[in-house]
Amino acid sequence: MGLFLNIVIDGTAYGMILFMIAVGLSVTMGLMRVVNLAHGAFALVGGALAHWFQQDLGTGFGIALVAAIAGTVILALPLELVLYRRIYRMGELQQVLATIGLTFLFIATINLWQGSALLVIEFPQALRMPVDLGFRTLPAHRLAVIGLGFAIILFLWWLLDRTRFGVRLRASVDNRDIAAAHGINTDMVYLATFGLGAALAAIGGIMGSELLPIEAYYPLRYMVLFLIVVAVGGMGSILGSFLAALGLGILETAARYLLPDAATISFFAIVILLLTLRPNGLMGRV
Amino acid sequence: MRDHLVPIVMGLVAVGLFFAFPYDLAFLTRVLVTIVLVLSVDLVLGYAGIPTLGQAAMFGTGAYAAGLFAIHVWGDPLAGLVVGAVAGAAIALVSGLVLMRTRGLTVIMLTIAVAAILHEIANRARDLTGGADGLRGIRMQPVLGLWEFDFIGRTGYWYALVVVIVVYVGLSILTRSSFGLGLRGIHDSPERMRAIGAPVYWRLVTAYTIGGGIAGIAGALNAQITQLVSLEGFAFSLSAEALIMLILGGTGRLVGAVIGVALFMTVHHFAAANDPFNWLFVIGAMVLVVVFFLPQGIISLPGILLRHLRGGRDADRA
Amino acid sequence: MQTGLEVRGLSKNFGGLVVSEDISFDLPSGARKALIGPNGAGKSTFANLVTGILRPSSGTIRFDGSDIGHLDEAARVRLGIAKTFQVTTLFRRLTVRENLRLGIIERERRGFGLFRRADRDAAQEAEIDGLLSDFEMTDLADVPVENLAYGQQRLVELALTLSLKPRVLLLDEPAAGVPSSEVHLISDAIARLPEDLAVLIIEHDMDLVFRVATSIVVLVQGRILVEGTPAEVAADARVRELYLGGGHG
Repeated sequence: MGLFLNIVIDGTAYGMILFMIAVGLSVTMGLMRVVNLAHGAFALVGGALAHWFQQDLGTGFGIALVAAIAGTVILALPLELVLYRRIYRMGELQQVLATIGLTFLFIATINLWQGSALLVIEFPQALRMPVDLGFRTLPAHRLAVIGLGFAIILFLWWLLDRTRFGVRLRASVDNRDIAAAHGINTDMVYLATFGLGAALAAIGGIMGSELLPIEAYYPLRYMVLFLIVVAVGGMGSILGSFLAALGLGILETAARYLLPDAATISFFAIVILLLTLRPNGLMGRV
Repeated sequence: MRDHLVPIVMGLVAVGLFFAFPYDLAFLTRVLVTIVLVLSVDLVLGYAGIPTLGQAAMFGTGAYAAGLFAIHVWGDPLAGLVVGAVAGAAIALVSGLVLMRTRGLTVIMLTIAVAAILHEIANRARDLTGGADGLRGIRMQPVLGLWEFDFIGRTGYWYALVVVIVVYVGLSILTRSSFGLGLRGIHDSPERMRAIGAPVYWRLVTAYTIGGGIAGIAGALNAQITQLVSLEGFAFSLSAEALIMLILGGTGRLVGAVIGVALFMTVHHFAAANDPFNWLFVIGAMVLVVVFFLPQGIISLPGILLRHLRGGRDADRA
Repeated sequence: MQTGLEVRGLSKNFGGLVVSEDISFDLPSGARKALIGPNGAGKSTFANLVTGILRPSSGTIRFDGSDIGHLDEAARVRLGIAKTFQVTTLFRRLTVRENLRLGIIERERRGFGLFRRADRDAAQEAEIDGLLSDFEMTDLADVPVENLAYGQQRLVELALTLSLKPRVLLLDEPAAGVPSSEVHLISDAIARLPEDLAVLIIEHDMDLVFRVATSIVVLVQGRILVEGTPAEVAADARVRELYLGGGHG
C-alpha cells in the first residue's frame, strides 16, 4: 500500500510537470498545426532566467519565478510574430527542421550566456519543508506542484469555457477559415495562445527543475518525452494532455519503482503499443 | 551519359582527395560513412516520403551487429557488412510493420522512440555491448584477405569509398526501377497509389526495410573502420544531423545526399572542431537559412542564382 | 453467374447516423449508369463502399459472382474496379507520361520490380503513346501534372484510370471544378470509353448526366428513391419535386 501511494504521489507530481510543459505544445500543434520541437526551449529559458534572477541578481524565489515567466513570454511573442507565423505554413518536415534549428540556437545561446553546467533553482524554505503524510514524508514542493497542476487545468478550463478568448480559441481550432470569416482575429488568437503556452512551459520548467534539471541541452534531452505526452493525449486536446501527462507520469514512476532495470524500455513499449492502437491519441480527433 | 557525369566526377574527386589530404583520411572516411547513412535517409524520406528522425536506430544496430560478429564469430569485413545490413533491415522491418500504419507526426515520434529504446537496450546490456564505455576489441581481418587495415587509414578509405560507390549505384538502379517510381508516386499521393491498385503499406515497409539495410551497412562500416561501437550510434543527434545534411543537399536526389554530407561535415570540421556549442549556432543558422530560403536544398542554389542573373539581364533589356 | 457489379442490401451507419440504407443495385458490363441526388444523399459514401474505402455495416457486394466485401481498396482495383476522385488526385510532381507508366506497371503487377528501369519497356511505352494520342495529350507527355490546367488534369486522371484496363469505372463528379467551356471534353471522353466497360457516374451536372447515362439512380437520404431511364426519371413527380425542381427535361 505504501508503495502504491508513493507511486501515485510521485507520479502525479511528475505528471503535472509534464502537463504544464506539454499543454502549450499540444495546443499549438492542434491549433496552428505546427510541430514545434523547440517548445521545450521555453521551459529551459524560464529555468535559466529564474536561475539568473536568483543567483546573479539575488532576488527571492517569488520574484524570480514571476520575472522568468514574463521574460519567457517577452521572448516568445516576437518569435511567434517573426518566425513561427511563417513556419505554420510549411510542410511537416520543414517545420520539424526549422524548429530543430531553433532548438540548436536556443541551446547554444543559453550555453553562451550561462554555461553548460546545471542551472540550479533554489526553492524557498516553505517549499523545501518536509510534510508528513503518515506513510512517508516528502518535500512540500511536490505537493505544491500537484496543487499548481490542478490550479492550471482549472484555469485553462475557465479560460476556454467561460471567456470570449476561449470561444475564439475553440472556434479557431475547429476551423480557422470559418473563424476568420466570423471576424475572429485568428492571428491574435495564435499569438496569445503561443504566449500562454510558453508561459506554462516556463512555469513547468522552473517548478519541475528538481525532476527535470535545467541545463543547456534540456530541450533536446526531454523533447521525446514532451512529444509523447502530446501524441498520447491527442493533439490539441487540453484534457487529453492532462490525462496523458498524469498517466505517463505515473506509468514511468511505477516502472522506476517496480522494474528499475527495464523502466525506460517498458515505458516506451507501452507508449508504442498505445499509439499503434490509437494513432490519434486518447482524445485525438480523426 | 549526362546522368552518369555527376557521380563519376564525384568519384574522381574522392580519389583525388585521398592524394591531396593524406593526413585527413580519418575525417574523409567519416564523410564516406556518413554519405551511406544519408543515402539511406534519402531513400526513405526523399523518395518514399516517410518522415523519419530515427535512422540512427538502424545505423546503431548495424554497428553493434557487425562489431559483435567480428569479435565473436568472424573478422572478415565483407561478411560483417552483410551482417550489419541484415541486422539493420531486420530492425527496420519489425519497427516498420508498426510505423507504416501511422502517419505524419506520429511516424516522426515513433521513429525517434525506436532509436531511444535501442539506445536504452544497448546501454543496459553492458555485458554484451560494453554499455556507455562502448564495444571494444574489434579486430578486422584484411579486406578480401588482401588489404590489411592500416594505422593511417588508407585501406579504410578505399574500402569505404568502394562501399559508397556500390550503395550509390545500387540506389540509382532502385530509384529508377518500377519500385522507385512507385515510391515517388506514394510520396505524391498515397490515395491515388491505392486507387491504381498498389499495396501502399507493403511498398513503404519494403522501402523502409531496404533503407534500414543500407543504414545498417553504414553502421557496420563505421564499426569496422573505427574498431569501436559506441552508444552515439543510436543518438537522436545522429538522426537529426543525417536529416539536416540531406535537406541541405536536397531531397529526392542521390547527388543531394552526397553534396549535403560533404558540405555539412566540411563546415563542421573547420567551424566546430573544439566547441560543440558554437557548432550548434552554425548548424542552427544553416538549417533555418535552408528551410526559409532554399527549400529545395543547396543543390538548387546555382539554378536560383542563374535565374536571378538572367532575370536581371532581362530587366535591363526591358 | 452475372458479370459486373452486384450490390445487395447495402447499409452503412456512422454511430447512430444512417448514411446508406438497404441499397440494391446492379452494374453489368457495358452499363452507363448515373447516380444523382441532393447534397448529403450519401452518394460519396456509396462510392466509398463500392471501392472499399469504407466497410458496409451490412449487405453484400459481388463482382463477377464472388463476394468482394472483405477486400481492401487496392485489391478491388486489381480486380478491375477503378475510380476517379471528386477532386483530381494525381501524382502531381510526376509527368503525364510517368503517371500513365505507374498505372500500367501496377496493372501488370510489376510494382515490386527493383532492378529493371521503369522506362525501358517497349510495349509499355507504346501503350502510353497510344493513351496519350487518344486523349490528344502527346505534346504534354513530359510536363509535370501540377503544371497543367485543371481540365487537362481531369483528362489525365481519366487516362490514368483507363491505363488500369478496368472492368468497372466509377466517375465521382468528373465535371466538378471544370470550367463549363471544357465540360464537353469530359463528356466526349466518357462517350469514347470502351463499350464493355461498366460505368457509374456520380454527377451534379444534369446536362452531362442526361448526355451519357442510359439509366439513372436517384439517391435521397441514403435510400434509392427511383431507378429508371433518363426519361422515366425526368418524368417522375417525386424527382421533379425533390431534385430537379420541375425545371428540367
